[in-house]
Amino acid sequence: MFQVRIHGRGGQGVVTAAELLSIAAFREGRHAQAFPSFGSERTGAPVVAFCRIAEKEIRLREPIMQPDALIIQDPTLLHQVDVFSGLAPEGYILINTTRSLEALGVGEFVKDFHAERICTVPATEIALKHVGRPLPNAALLGGFAALSNRISVESVVAAIHEKFSGKVAKANAAAAAEACEYVLKEMHAQAN
Amino acid sequence: MLKQTEGSRAVAEAVALCRPEVICAYPISPQTHIVEALGEVVKSGALAPCEFINVESEFAAMSVAIGASAAGARSYTATASQGLLFMAEALFNASGLGLPIVMTVANRAIGAPINIWNDHNDSMSQRDCGWIQLFAETNQEALDLHIQAFRLAEELSLPVMVCMDGFILTHAYERVDIPSQAQVDAYLPPFEPRQVLDPREPVSIGAMVGPEAFTEVRYLAHAKQMQALELIPGWAAEFRRAFGRDAGGLVHPYALEDAETVIVALGSVLGTVKDTVDEMRDRGAKIGVLGITCFRPWPLAAVRAALAAAQRVVVLEKSLAVGLGGIVSTNVRTSYTGRPDAVHTVIAGLGGRAITKASLARVFGEAIEGGLEPLTFLDLDRAIVDRQLARERETRRSGPIAEAILRDIGVVAARIG
Repeated sequence: MFQVRIHGRGGQGVVTAAELLSIAAFREGRHAQAFPSFGSERTGAPVVAFCRIAEKEIRLREPIMQPDALIIQDPTLLHQVDVFSGLAPEGYILINTTRSLEALGVGEFVKDFHAERICTVPATEIALKHVGRPLPNAALLGGFAALSNRISVESVVAAIHEKFSGKVAKANAAAAAEACEYVLKEMHAQAN
Repeated sequence: MLKQTEGSRAVAEAVALCRPEVICAYPISPQTHIVEALGEVVKSGALAPCEFINVESEFAAMSVAIGASAAGARSYTATASQGLLFMAEALFNASGLGLPIVMTVANRAIGAPINIWNDHNDSMSQRDCGWIQLFAETNQEALDLHIQAFRLAEELSLPVMVCMDGFILTHAYERVDIPSQAQVDAYLPPFEPRQVLDPREPVSIGAMVGPEAFTEVRYLAHAKQMQALELIPGWAAEFRRAFGRDAGGLVHPYALEDAETVIVALGSVLGTVKDTVDEMRDRGAKIGVLGITCFRPWPLAAVRAALAAAQRVVVLEKSLAVGLGGIVSTNVRTSYTGRPDAVHTVIAGLGGRAITKASLARVFGEAIEGGLEPLTFLDLDRAIVDRQLARERETRRSGPIAEAILRDIGVVAARIG
């Protein structure tokens, strides 16, 4: 089982991101379970959503306390919520930011994790470019496909088209594709 | 057709396949996406002839469902939490009149303190209102139970409540198999009411009954539920033949063959319980699970048979009878023929507190070792309780409890657990 925890703020499409990821995994023939950390939804409040992906039926209903991957939609959460709680040393971290990990103040902390499994992506800027609104969720999923190799970007794009239609779907799919490319380049640059 | 969707949406699709003729709902919190999705389907015309009635309260929702059902329409509504309590008087009328309404209860806690999260105290508070109560373990079972519920309700002329865990199931995206219209039509015949308000053949429904016959009318209500116990397994078997999967029935036994310790639970927590039990079995524990699908009528004989060989029973429940302890466990005790002190109550998941595998493994282990108290509140933070009790000892005007505790624990941001 592969467990993903997504942190963001109310209004950023955190819950939708988990749902899209589950649809993408389903489209690849796998079992998936997405659910929000249930709270009174308020714009700007910290929000957590979860997605489990497995080859067999998922029965477990507890929140994901030991994730295999983290997607952080809002870097201002890094110093407000214990976003890294329970993350395994071999876990993946994807952060939506234009800044470096050092500038975010987590450079020292993430040294405990595998460098090739950590990446930043300016998902909000990519979303603004394609979608016209600061909704980084679809872009982050594209980036996550590249970083984790656990889901294909094609499945992410297909999931976006399944959940949305028309211009919204197209724009988000384009954002996912660009973020995927961005992360691939970052990873390539890092490897060399 | 297999699809990955939200629990509420899956149930809405199942209800639509059952061709309801009147859907009424109070569209404000606590409500779910179920009626929202059904509203969209009705508006599109795809469900014609079906009327969607927005009402002014949950009391009105149940009252409209009663009227619609009495007029011969297949009627459906959904609610949760305080909404269900606001319906309470009408719930007794619906069952007392023998009207086959189907209602989803997306289980949530009851305030005060205000809490929107999941537990079972809402439907448990209405356990004796004369409705059949079925509890879903997964979203697949939730949607399947709705199809069975209309069949059950109409054949018995009794209302049926399908209980599914609020948020944990209603808001979860998972894989479900949505049956075809032809499959549902073959399983669920058109509604043929036993009684109907028809201007061409006028009758009155709802007579006043005095002491001369009230007991007999109430006895018949009980007898009908007892009859349901006989019929539900057969309908579940028929469902399995028609749809190719298990759903419904009275109870779901799991790994009971050699189980000395049996965990009894209902609803979505069964998944986490089974994962926990599998891991404990791998380490040699003789432990099994009994899932209760049908809570009302209480499947006394089925539970008794399933627990016959158990040396100890742990009832894990998301409900609390204040001043007594467990609600489900009180029912389980009527079915257990072993030592009365072998039945333990574990109250868990109140107001949405996460029920984790680690905590379950701990209490199940304590039960096996003989160290589990008769009544346990899972993961109770004793320090929080003691601090409040100390405050109450020290100060007469100690103030409102909920506010004081929130100040003590300094809630500022969403916690992951």
